[in-house]
Amino acid sequence: MGLTFYTFSSPPKFYALTGVLVPVCWAFAIVLTVIGLWIGFFVAPTDATQGEVYRVIFIHVPAAWMAMWLYLVMAFWAAIGWAFKARLASMVARATAPTGAIFAFLALWTGAFWGKPTWGTWWVWDARLTSTLILLFLYLGYIALVEAIDDPRRADQAGALLSIVGTVNVPIIYFSVKWWNTLHQGASVSLTAAPKMATTMLTAMLIMTLAFWAYSFAVIFTRARGIVLERERGTAWVNQLAGKGSRS
Amino acid sequence: MNWGSLDNFLAMGGNGLYVWGSYVMTAVLMLVEPLLAVRRRRHALREAQEEQES
Repeated sequence: MGLTFYTFSSPPKFYALTGVLVPVCWAFAIVLTVIGLWIGFFVAPTDATQGEVYRVIFIHVPAAWMAMWLYLVMAFWAAIGWAFKARLASMVARATAPTGAIFAFLALWTGAFWGKPTWGTWWVWDARLTSTLILLFLYLGYIALVEAIDDPRRADQAGALLSIVGTVNVPIIYFSVKWWNTLHQGASVSLTAAPKMATTMLTAMLIMTLAFWAYSFAVIFTRARGIVLERERGTAWVNQLAGKGSRS
Repeated sequence: MNWGSLDNFLAMGGNGLYVWGSYVMTAVLMLVEPLLAVRRRRHALREAQEEQES
């Protein structure tokens, strides 16, 4: 099977290719999670100021990063789907939204469970927290919008417009701790400065980020395959696939 | 990091509720989401088969 740029514009090829990729992504996700959590809980030391509660970081930061990144991925494919009339790109955008929403929710949830013992409050209307809540609402708004419009291609276009406009929120989240005085701490890791944390802590956090990334590929591809089957029903290739039996 | 005992590990220095409250919610969602995605694909395939048979 030759792989070209156009592989990802053909639903049957996408369906076949992701069928192979999904188990590989799961294997990476599971192995990386085991390694990441092992280092996080059994190698990384107790934090000098926060004690043990800082260990929430190994899921909090990866979830927050994935929530922001997946939003850009979703908006990118939605825009491609709209600009080039590429149905498959729009389907991938739709498949991305629920996973992004879950990571946005988890960033807020784990943040609240970290904030309570360290700040004394579950929630404050601080710039970082508020803009992340807006991110969650953007995901939910996108999902509600595309599900509410019956014509799938019109729904894709409306969703693309919403997601592109909402992209402005991502840099706001990222730079919020610099632009405003926030209760949320500044960046622990940045491209321009040495990390402000112990190496083992950083290693665990980065491995968990890769694990969440592999997880995202696995679950988004799985959902996209379902969406492809739903939207391509009645076409020759889906009929052929359905004729082969339920185990493919 | 040597916790010494399971109790110490679960206690997380007195912040067990907050650490495990975070991890349990994450684990639950990251198990349920893939199951729903798999179910959706199987359902779509079954629909396609039924349509073909009718």
